[in-house]
Amino acid sequence: MTTDRLRQSMTTDRLRQSVTTDLLRRWETLILALLVGVVVWASLGVDGFANGSNISFLLLDTTEIALMALTMTLVIVAAEIDLSVASTLGLSCAVLGWLWNAGLPIEAIMPICLLVGAVCGAFNGLLVTRLGLPSLAVTIGTFALFRGLAYVILGDQAVADLPPAYTGLATASVGPVPLMTVLVAVLAALAAVVLHATGLGRSIFALGSNEEAAYFSGIRVKRIKFWLFVASGVMASLASLVYTFRYASARADNGVGLELAVVAAVLLGGVSIFGGRGTLPGVLMAVLLLGVVRNALILADVANEVLNFVTGLLLVASVLAPNLGAIWRRRTSPQMEGKSP
Amino acid sequence: MEDTPVLALSGVSKAFGAVRAVRDVSLELYAGEVHALAGENGAGKSTLVKILSGVHRPDTGQILLDGAPVEFAGPADAQQAGVAVIYQEPTLFPDLSVTENIFMGRQPRARLGIDRRAMRASAAELFTRLGVQLDPDQPARGLSIADQQLVEIAKALSRQARVLIMDEPTAALSGKEVARLFGVAKALREQGCALLFISHRLEEMFELCQRVTTLRDGAFVASDMIADITPDDLVRRMVGRELDALFPKQETTAGEVALSVRRLTREGVFTDVSFEVRRGEIVALAGLVGAGRSEVARAVFGIDRWDAGSVEVDGKRLRPASPTAAMAAGLALVPEDRRQQGLVMDLSIERNIGLAGLAALHRGPLISRLAERQRAKDWAVRLQLKFARLTDPVNVLSGGNQQKVVLAKWLARKPSVIIVDEPTRGIDVGTKAEVHRLLSELAGTGVAVLMISSELPEVLGMADRVLVMHEGRLVAEIDRADATEESVMAAATGRTAA
Repeated sequence: MTTDRLRQSMTTDRLRQSVTTDLLRRWETLILALLVGVVVWASLGVDGFANGSNISFLLLDTTEIALMALTMTLVIVAAEIDLSVASTLGLSCAVLGWLWNAGLPIEAIMPICLLVGAVCGAFNGLLVTRLGLPSLAVTIGTFALFRGLAYVILGDQAVADLPPAYTGLATASVGPVPLMTVLVAVLAALAAVVLHATGLGRSIFALGSNEEAAYFSGIRVKRIKFWLFVASGVMASLASLVYTFRYASARADNGVGLELAVVAAVLLGGVSIFGGRGTLPGVLMAVLLLGVVRNALILADVANEVLNFVTGLLLVASVLAPNLGAIWRRRTSPQMEGKSP
Repeated sequence: MEDTPVLALSGVSKAFGAVRAVRDVSLELYAGEVHALAGENGAGKSTLVKILSGVHRPDTGQILLDGAPVEFAGPADAQQAGVAVIYQEPTLFPDLSVTENIFMGRQPRARLGIDRRAMRASAAELFTRLGVQLDPDQPARGLSIADQQLVEIAKALSRQARVLIMDEPTAALSGKEVARLFGVAKALREQGCALLFISHRLEEMFELCQRVTTLRDGAFVASDMIADITPDDLVRRMVGRELDALFPKQETTAGEVALSVRRLTREGVFTDVSFEVRRGEIVALAGLVGAGRSEVARAVFGIDRWDAGSVEVDGKRLRPASPTAAMAAGLALVPEDRRQQGLVMDLSIERNIGLAGLAALHRGPLISRLAERQRAKDWAVRLQLKFARLTDPVNVLSGGNQQKVVLAKWLARKPSVIIVDEPTRGIDVGTKAEVHRLLSELAGTGVAVLMISSELPEVLGMADRVLVMHEGRLVAEIDRADATEESVMAAATGRTAA
């Protein structure tokens, strides 16, 4: 068989797979349809939604969530979770404010912030991989720890006299597209390539699905998990820089509650909370969907409580829907495991 | 023996969608008789068991109880009718005692709550009836699989079961445990139970059963009295063709030492284990379950740490506790537990095959999907894998084909030493022969093969040399010429000193 023909048969193979069997793909189609639907609805029915400056704002406003969702996707596909991201963001903001007050140049502070994120991630990673603790418990602990540390460092003060060169950069646009959205797009492309087109990505799927079999295949399970937590921490501190400059305010309580928005986006994007399944494009669409819903509801003057309710509803639906499929299949499948009691 | 079977199937068919799982099968289970159900994987044995136990309802045909047609609307009906199934791996409540497990949901009542004393006494009586020693008060957690099966059997008896279906009960048992189970089965037979016994091991059928029904591709082939047929006849009925020897051992000349294990010790697990495997050699590691064979393999491959000793592959000393280092040195391990250790069940066939050699699939920093697909395709063809699409998850494959995927995954690395742990456990006779031929061919191309096996015919049929472990120590090394069931078993049970 010539290479060409092989390639051709592969594409048809892939095509067939994408239309028929793959539940994940169908899930992404659903999210995309939902996204398009919400955008159309908001454009027609919500005043002020469909104009350039609102769309720019909407995109800019999802930056931090999108950034953290990228690494969160890898972490959750690896069957772990990092609930400390927003606290890491807060700690990094606090360090930034403190050092800025102390008179350090911002160019020196930024790498230190990224280092703080890396150390936070490494701490999570060590507890999970070396001591074998569940990441859910570890990162609930560091969720409180890092945020507490942020308050210890900066108290309740807000550091606002940040250099305009950087605050301007955070809100700058390239044409109609916010500069930060370009940053997200570049990093998202990188994360997607790592997850879907490298050996590391294959390993992450494998260990998320069956850690033991991955280890028996020579995959360095612990090392990969450790570095995923480090990456998650670094990404959180990168998000903290964007957040601080965007609002021109470094506070210890920056980004409180964002971890839930991040996890919600990842799960809504079709990543299995049990690991081993999910795609990055799905997550990006979910980030956008949540952003659009939020933006449209705010414009439509819907109360904040209702907003949380809708986000929560989408999240529950996202966890429930794929499992409904599985439950339905189990009911109708001939291969039912009939272990009678 | 009565003339009317206790339980019978007559012309039963069952289809799932387009797949006809069983077609026109008839089966008669008589009181006081053990009936074997033979057939390769996918022949329809499990479906038949599920029809008998009320899980599935047949599309056509009848179930006859004492000669009268009955319908089982669900497992509860079948239980009511006295049909009980003992699975390969029972599911007991681990925190409840043996007694409580037996009487779950049917506890004898006293004035206040449960009559524990009566319950315990009945449990003890059941064990006496079965002729086994089990403590009724022991929690189910920590019981061996063999003991758990006995608890299930006791449970069935307490329900007045008249028909006992044993679905591959011996697959995970040691020789001694199998003997005990057979003792129980024979006792039940004497007491007038009808038993249906499913196993992949022919010699077990011939030892225990009086009658055998063979299925092939869902269809009824024959029902014979065991006394009237030979094992060869039975294999022919199962596979529908002549098997070119189940153990196609090629004569090879042993080359240089490829794997050298010296004084390897893992405290409390195995002690002072030394052996060598040469290129072109198949060396079997025999012994009872629990003798430490798999544990040695795990340590050699770097899964577990060792406390003392050394391992060399092609003269290169291995770093301990690193599968990555072991693989880089040319070692491969086909592990004991295919579903848990060998494969990522949710991943596709091609991804599983690629998993142990991801580095080789890279073109620059990225994985080449073409190379991944090509590797999977090549090995699927070479190992005659039966599959629909390479993108299907491996969990849709039969056990034998899953094992081929594990083999493909490792052979694609071109290892110089391959350790196979129970390579043919739970796979059908036809695929077994293919795996044996493959191992033999591998040795022929100069690969050193270390084979752990609990099946003596496999050990004797395939190995150039047999190493025997007993209680964590290597107690014997027997050449092919001197290896007999007796000599290997004697060493395995510790009857000869090292």
